[in-house]
Amino acid sequence: MSRVGPIFAAARAEGRGALIGYLPAGYPTVDRSVELLGAMVESGCDLLEIGVPYSDPVMDGPTVQAAAETALRAGFRLKDVLTVVERVTAAGGKAVVMTYFNPVMRYGVDAFARDLASAGGLGLITPDLIPDEADDWLAASEQHDLDRTFLVAPSSTEERIASTTAATRGCLYASSTMGVTGARGAVDAAASVIVGRCRAHTDLPIGVGLGVRSGDQAAEVAAFADGVIVGSAFVTAVEEGGVDGVRALTAELAAGVRRAHRPEPQPA
Amino acid sequence: MTTSVQASDGIETPSGHEPDEKGHFGRYGGRFVPEALVAALDELAAAYEKARGDREFLDELDRLHRDYTGRPSPLTDASKLSEHAGGARILLKREDLNHTGSHKINNVLGQALLTKRMGKKRVIAETGAGQHGVATATACALMGLECVVYMGEVDTERQALNVARMRLLGATVIPVKTGSRTLKDAINEALRDWVTHVDETHYLLGTVAGPHPFPMMVRDFHRVIGLEAREQVLDRVGRLPDAIAACVGGGSNAIGIFHAFLDDADVRLVGFEPGGDGVESGRHGATLSEGSPGALHGAMSYLLQDEDGQTAESYSISAGLDYPGVGPEHALLKDIGRAEYQPVTDREAMDAFALLCRTEGIIPAIESAHAIAGALKLGRELGPEAVILVNLSGRGDKDVDTAAKWFGMIAGNESAEDASGTSIAEADLGGSPAGSDTGSVQR
Repeated sequence: MSRVGPIFAAARAEGRGALIGYLPAGYPTVDRSVELLGAMVESGCDLLEIGVPYSDPVMDGPTVQAAAETALRAGFRLKDVLTVVERVTAAGGKAVVMTYFNPVMRYGVDAFARDLASAGGLGLITPDLIPDEADDWLAASEQHDLDRTFLVAPSSTEERIASTTAATRGCLYASSTMGVTGARGAVDAAASVIVGRCRAHTDLPIGVGLGVRSGDQAAEVAAFADGVIVGSAFVTAVEEGGVDGVRALTAELAAGVRRAHRPEPQPA
Repeated sequence: MTTSVQASDGIETPSGHEPDEKGHFGRYGGRFVPEALVAALDELAAAYEKARGDREFLDELDRLHRDYTGRPSPLTDASKLSEHAGGARILLKREDLNHTGSHKINNVLGQALLTKRMGKKRVIAETGAGQHGVATATACALMGLECVVYMGEVDTERQALNVARMRLLGATVIPVKTGSRTLKDAINEALRDWVTHVDETHYLLGTVAGPHPFPMMVRDFHRVIGLEAREQVLDRVGRLPDAIAACVGGGSNAIGIFHAFLDDADVRLVGFEPGGDGVESGRHGATLSEGSPGALHGAMSYLLQDEDGQTAESYSISAGLDYPGVGPEHALLKDIGRAEYQPVTDREAMDAFALLCRTEGIIPAIESAHAIAGALKLGRELGPEAVILVNLSGRGDKDVDTAAKWFGMIAGNESAEDASGTSIAEADLGGSPAGSDTGSVQR
């Protein structure tokens, strides 16, 4: 069973890609992050990816690093992410949490899964946890009916794509390029290649992240992927335009994922 | 005496203390990394496995260590220092005499040769004190590789001479301005570079931490320290030492000297961690003494963290030990009780630094001064019959500025406050056999 599956199926039925928007919990404060995430839902994000600010975010570029530092300096605590998920879900949003794994281990893998599920979260995206090290999380996610999104990258071998997709539940996250998070001018050609390679191994919906910032890029990615994941551009929108900036970016991206030239809708 | 040990001995023959095939030392180690790096780590592990069975690679490494590094490093009887250590015999393994001034060259030459075998042209590295950065820049100059070194901005200031050395050797030094602006953040930035440029770049990690295969491979490149020392001590003393002292930041020099003695149950293995202002002050880097299990920089090990799993900031006067993590094999050795780990404060380390200068005419790296301070404690505990082997992992040229400020020889803010500063004369008294301000003997 999959928690996020119906979100992708609904988008697919409409002949479009799903829009997945990221912001760190607690950025710039806990209350403000709830407000911003709510605006993203209202303006057209199909799924929220709520980040856990972490002291050593090695997969993140300068934009998300700075946001995490801001949140931590403002006093973010790990339990706050559960509060944010709960409030956003109560307001009608659908959310997964993206987190480096040490905070989860420190909280207790099973306890975190239990509390995330009871807050209404649908699953976890784990950028520095590969299935090889994930025994505890595989068990806890089954126990508490949560999705597990692992990442694949252009450098992944066929064997690794096979084993990673086999361990994934819900949706897969394909890194569009070799690198860290951050808005880029163009979508790497490697993105469609890695999605194509994954299709040979799985029927899971595939979201593409890293580097998408505009409606045109969203349209380009939605032509070959099931979901478009946007992160750093939302952080920048908060910095430059607050809630209004976030609404405007969401609207642009939501239009983008509807403009894509896509193959005929397939049965989900 | 010249030892018959070669660097390749630690590489060609497995130690008998290997991690499992996914790089786990008990519950520690493994790979907590982005999937994007897994292919490069697999490539590196395969290249290492192939090289360690390849006579050409092993001979080339041995030749470099003989003709370039200057191995074997000598063993020095520190007889005057012994008077300050309860009369115990103290033997110094002189890794400070290696080319580039520390043990770091052992690992760097091995990985640089591997880089060439993998067909990569660009090397990145992190550095704290600058010793690993200098060693890496040196090997890259020798082998014609492009070299980029990430160094915390705080460390570029306290180790300015080493920044100049790296630049003289042709390396690009990038000051890292994020987080605590020290070694931890330099590693983060190196990992970000690696994930972006992994096809053409080798990350030449400088300690026994990080994802598999680094903890095993870097250890093997340093095993020569202990293998040589074991033979030298047996030859000199006629028996094994009672205890071995080494400083532990990431833990590479300690694992290098410990490893040859792991199966000698009567040899105490003691790692001395940076106690900073004292562990009770909260300002320290004593990861194994005060930390708890968790994942940082690609491996499960002990680390300094808060109750939310956020990495805590470490502190030490020694830039090379100022790190909130530690290699996973040390975590296992601690848990099974085979090695023990104790903190040494800045003040104890600087007292030992001064004492070694005055008694033996050796200016140690401040990192290594932690091991000297530890050996003084062990000596007072074990008594005059004891033989203590100390890994003198680096020399102190790079630390002269810090030391001169500490001892009030030049103006500076390192510890100008009179509370923590010590005059060099006081330090001499501090290490005297009669009274010691380095504290009573622990345990």
